[in-house]
Amino acid sequence: MAEYHFNTPISKDDVQKVKIGDVIYISGTVFTARDEAHERALELAKKGEKMPIDFKDLAVYHCGPVVQKVNGQWEIVAAGPTTSTRMDLFEDEFIKTFDVNVVIGKGGMGQRTAKAMKELKAIYTAFVGGAAVVASRGIKRVKEVHWLDLGTPECLWVLEVEKFGPLIVGIDTNGDSLFQIVADQAHANLGKIGEFLGVKF
Amino acid sequence: MNEPFDNKIIEDTTVKLLKFAATQLPNDVSEALKKMYEEETRPPSKAALKTIVENFGIAEETSTPMCQDTGIHIYYVNIGEHFPKVVGIEETLRKASARATKEVPLRPNAVNPIVGGNSGDNTGKHIPYVNYDFIPGVNYLEITAFPKGGGSENMCTLAMLKPGEGIKGVKKFVIETILKAGGQPCPPVVVGVGIGGGADIALKLGKKQLMRPIGQRHSDPEIAKLEEDLLKAINMTGFGSMGLGGDISTALDVKVEYAHRHPASLPAAVAIQCWAARRATARIYPDKRVEFLTHKEA
Repeated sequence: MAEYHFNTPISKDDVQKVKIGDVIYISGTVFTARDEAHERALELAKKGEKMPIDFKDLAVYHCGPVVQKVNGQWEIVAAGPTTSTRMDLFEDEFIKTFDVNVVIGKGGMGQRTAKAMKELKAIYTAFVGGAAVVASRGIKRVKEVHWLDLGTPECLWVLEVEKFGPLIVGIDTNGDSLFQIVADQAHANLGKIGEFLGVKF
Repeated sequence: MNEPFDNKIIEDTTVKLLKFAATQLPNDVSEALKKMYEEETRPPSKAALKTIVENFGIAEETSTPMCQDTGIHIYYVNIGEHFPKVVGIEETLRKASARATKEVPLRPNAVNPIVGGNSGDNTGKHIPYVNYDFIPGVNYLEITAFPKGGGSENMCTLAMLKPGEGIKGVKKFVIETILKAGGQPCPPVVVGVGIGGGADIALKLGKKQLMRPIGQRHSDPEIAKLEEDLLKAINMTGFGSMGLGGDISTALDVKVEYAHRHPASLPAAVAIQCWAARRATARIYPDKRVEFLTHKEA
C-alpha cells in the first residue's frame, strides 16, 4: 500500500504510477458531480457548449454536500462521497469527453468504467462512505458553484482542497479493480456459506 | 383530558431528535463500530473503520452531521393509549423536519419523482413518512426520528418466494442481496429481515428491525439463532468495510421479524442500513416531561 500526494492538474503520467490498494491525497481543485451534473455536462458538450470550468486534469468527486450560506458565502458542512455505481451510466463518456483522470467516490464502479479507465488511463479512488466530516476537513473553500437549479446536492461545486483523503485506489490504469477482486472472492466463498447455512447456491 | 396536547413540545423535541440523529450515533452503534475496528485484521477494512470511528467522533464533538446524506425523514410514532389527545401531529412533524433542515443544517433530500425538483426543506408528498402504532397500557408519546440514507436504501430488496422454498429460500435470498450490494451500501451494515405477512408488511417489518439496538437478540430463540447464523454467513462473504475486503466487518448485526403468511405466499424482505445507523428516540409524558432514550441532552 504505497501513498502518493498529488497536486492538480493531475496528468495521465501521474495516475499511471498508482496501483489498486494504494492510498492517495489530493491538493488543488476538485469538482463535484452526481447523476444530474454528469448528464447535463454530457448533454451540453454534445451541443458543443462550453463547461462553466475546464474539467481537464481535475478530479471529479461523486458527492452531494450539505452546504450553508454564511454572510453570502457558501460553506461546506459535510461532504462525503455518494455511491459511484450510479455514475457507471455516464463515466466512460465523461472521462473521455473532459479528460478527467481521477474519479473519487465510494463503493467501486463496474466493468464498463474499468474498461474505459484502462483505455483512457484514468483511476477510480474510494473515499470512506459517509465520512463526511473527515472529508470536509480537507476542503478549504468553495471556489465556485454552477447549475444551482439542480439543487444543492446535484449541482456543480468547485472546491479548493488540501490533502484531501485518504483515497483508496479502487481501479487503476491497468483496469484492475479492487472491488471486483473482493466481489469475486465473495462469490468463491458461497460454497462454504451454503454449507454453513444448509442451502445451495 | 379533552384539551389537545401542546404541539410545540412535540415539534421542539422532534427537531432535537433530528439533530441528535444526524450528529451522534446511539451508544450501541458507536461501541460496536469501535470494537469492530479493534478486531478487524485486514488492512483496507481496518483503515476504513479507522476513518469511520474518527469521523463520528469529530461529528459528535462539533455537532456536525456525520454523513452528508442526512437521509429522507422517517418517523416511528408510538402513541400510548393513555396519552392526551393529539391533534395535527403529522403537520407538527413536517414543521420539525423543515426547521431542522435549516437549523442543523440537514441536506434537503425530498425530490418530486414525477416532475423533478427538490422541495428544499425535506418535506413533500408523504414525506416525512410517519409510521404510527398505538401502545396499550402506557401514557407516553414515543417518537423515533429515523433519517434513512439513500445509498443503503437502494440495496433493499423484496422477494415473493414460493412457500416450498421455505426458510432456506429466505436465507439464500438474504445472502444473494448482500452479494449484489457489495460495498455500495457503506458496510459495515445492519440488516433487517422481514418474513411473511405480505409484500408491504415484510418490508415494513424488515425496516422496523433497524430500530433495535446492535447486539439485541430476538426473544424467540429460533429467530435469535437465525439472526446469529445470518450475521456469521454475511461476514463470511469477506466484503468487509466499504467493500474493501475484511473478515468480520461486512455486517454489524442482523435482525429478523416475521408475520404469519398467506398459504400461497412467502414474502421475504431485506432492509439495509449503512454504518451510520442513525436513530434518536424520545418519550413525551402527559406532564410535558421529555425523556431522551438514545441520546443525552447537553
